[in-house]
Amino acid sequence: MLKIKELRASIDNKEILRGVNLELKAGEVHAIMGPNGSGKSTLASVLIGRDGYELSGSVEYEGQDLLALSPEERAAAGVFLAFQHPVEIPGVGNAYFMRTALNSLRRHRGQEELDAVDFLSLAQERMKLVEMDPTFMNRSVNEGFSGGEKKRNEIWQMAILEPKFAILDETDSGLDIDALRIVASGVNALRSEGRAMLVITHHQRLLDFIVPDYVHVMAAGQIVRSGDKNLALELEETGYAGLTPSLAQVGVAL
Amino acid sequence: MTPPVKAIGGVLADLTPGRERGNLGWLAEARFNALEWVGQHGFPSRKDEDWKYTRLDPILTVPFEASIAGSGSRTTAELINAASIDLGGVRLVFVNGHFAAQFSRLTELPAGALVTNLASVLATTPERLEPFFSHTPGGRRAFAAFNDAFAEDGAFIHLASGVTVAEPIQIVYFSDTEALPLMSSPRSVIIADSDSRATIIETYAGINNDIYFTNAVTEVVLAENAQIDHYKVQNEPVTAFHLALLEVRQGRNSRFSSHYVALGSSIARHEVRVLLAGAEAEVSLDGIYLPQGEQSHDNTIFIDHVATNCTSHQLYKGVLDGRGHGVFNGHIMVRHGADGSDAHQKNKNLILSDLAEIDTRPRLEIYTDDVKCTHGAAVGALDDEALLYLRTRGIPMAEARGLLVYAFVQEMVDRIELEPLRVQLEKLVADRFGKGDRSVKP
Repeated sequence: MLKIKELRASIDNKEILRGVNLELKAGEVHAIMGPNGSGKSTLASVLIGRDGYELSGSVEYEGQDLLALSPEERAAAGVFLAFQHPVEIPGVGNAYFMRTALNSLRRHRGQEELDAVDFLSLAQERMKLVEMDPTFMNRSVNEGFSGGEKKRNEIWQMAILEPKFAILDETDSGLDIDALRIVASGVNALRSEGRAMLVITHHQRLLDFIVPDYVHVMAAGQIVRSGDKNLALELEETGYAGLTPSLAQVGVAL
Repeated sequence: MTPPVKAIGGVLADLTPGRERGNLGWLAEARFNALEWVGQHGFPSRKDEDWKYTRLDPILTVPFEASIAGSGSRTTAELINAASIDLGGVRLVFVNGHFAAQFSRLTELPAGALVTNLASVLATTPERLEPFFSHTPGGRRAFAAFNDAFAEDGAFIHLASGVTVAEPIQIVYFSDTEALPLMSSPRSVIIADSDSRATIIETYAGINNDIYFTNAVTEVVLAENAQIDHYKVQNEPVTAFHLALLEVRQGRNSRFSSHYVALGSSIARHEVRVLLAGAEAEVSLDGIYLPQGEQSHDNTIFIDHVATNCTSHQLYKGVLDGRGHGVFNGHIMVRHGADGSDAHQKNKNLILSDLAEIDTRPRLEIYTDDVKCTHGAAVGALDDEALLYLRTRGIPMAEARGLLVYAFVQEMVDRIELEPLRVQLEKLVADRFGKGDRSVKP
């Protein structure tokens, strides 16, 4: 589904991604772990089409050149990012926003648009998945939401838009254990054969709840180790300092 | 047709007012005095503090002619209805500033409520208008004086004590000037006696590509406990010029609210002057201005706190696109002795283009200690982060921008209590900035 080859990204002449290689197949959940500043969030930003990066390398998504698409085209092709820090948008109602988004995607795919009634029943049903109160539908997007509410709202959006490839950027940050459990169970419910997920996290904790098929460790803009879920457990014990030999190989001192 | 006159800027020397016949000596005199005043003082220029941000040359150099009754042969009921939704109640329609009975509707009103056209008042009981035409033009401005000189028609509304008109009263000033550059000088007079109440909507519109000049004056006088809710939609074609003065005098415990929406015109200026003459009076002024292309929208406000314990609120929001130019020039004066004044002023602007411009100038002038005053102005661009967020959900760029712009002005639209008008404005604003599907209400 997704093939990232030698992806490099710089901003203001500072190279942040220094040759990332990664391949995801449909149905797989990959976790990317790594210390702060290792380039995890930049990878997410590049994949969804944020402006301002100088890029080289390639990202092939379902046979298309992903980097050539605008953010909305990527969304239409099924790419989704659950943001680490979802932005507040005063004056734009949450339900209205999601209906506009869903119908934009449907239009793009040549599907019939959902009317208000059908949309509302879908939206309500998907809210149950993340145990959100329906009143969140009528509020402005993320405005005044707590950290946990924002994260749930991201997963609610994902549940409505049903992407093929979802990136979860630090979805666990700022969540207490109960909220984490709710968000994770929402995500798990959305795992499916046709859908790939890239779970970015700093902590191993999230991976107790969302169990990945593969774990990659990112440091200094590269993926320095890959393995199965046991790699996360190993990291839990050794910390990122245990990666020093690998880091040395890419010429970075911790 | 009246004989062609020179451009307004050059007209002063040889214009003699006074088409009035018969017993209207005071009116002829008032018109003459007004013109004489303009002749002596000239039209404002950028040197004048209150006019420094708006170019008047384009208006002063076009050879406008004063419009006469009966002009405007293309106007139809369909055009009028397209320009202003029919709210079902009383509706006065004017074409080129003159009453058009065939498009108007004078439904039955409660006893003590008079809604008619100014020309008919001048014809029957002109003395009622003497106070409005005879105040010293020096206390006003050149264009208001010019309106004094030329105004022949407009709306006349008088609410006797205790009268409430529940249905909104609609006034439509429609222009249809075709090849001839016409100046119309509508004058609206609204007199609300004590404890009376009404909602009044003024709409200004015309036919695309017509070049004309609307020089409007609306005067509102509120006696004790009176309440007037006023709306104005300025949707003239972008080939037209629109200068207007809304002058309000408020008695004790009266309430006046105004919602102004500026969409059209090449150069538009809407000046509001409010005199809070009676204690505990309240005024609330809202405004939205959306200049784009080469449009210029000037909003000038003067609120004069003279009496004690009065409240004034201003909230103006602008969205500036293309080479659009906006002005917010709001001045609050709290006079000596106006203790307990509560005055607030806020102006927010969203700039969508590098070439758009806003001049914002909130001003407070306070001569007493016992006051509560706030003011503020903000100018910003669209939030890039919000734009990206919407796009990552599949909403195309243009629509995402439209959504964010709409969110910015939504607050103003929501403050419009009159539902049909709110719906119409939602549509006008959405049409301008692109829209999503609004049927899931936020």
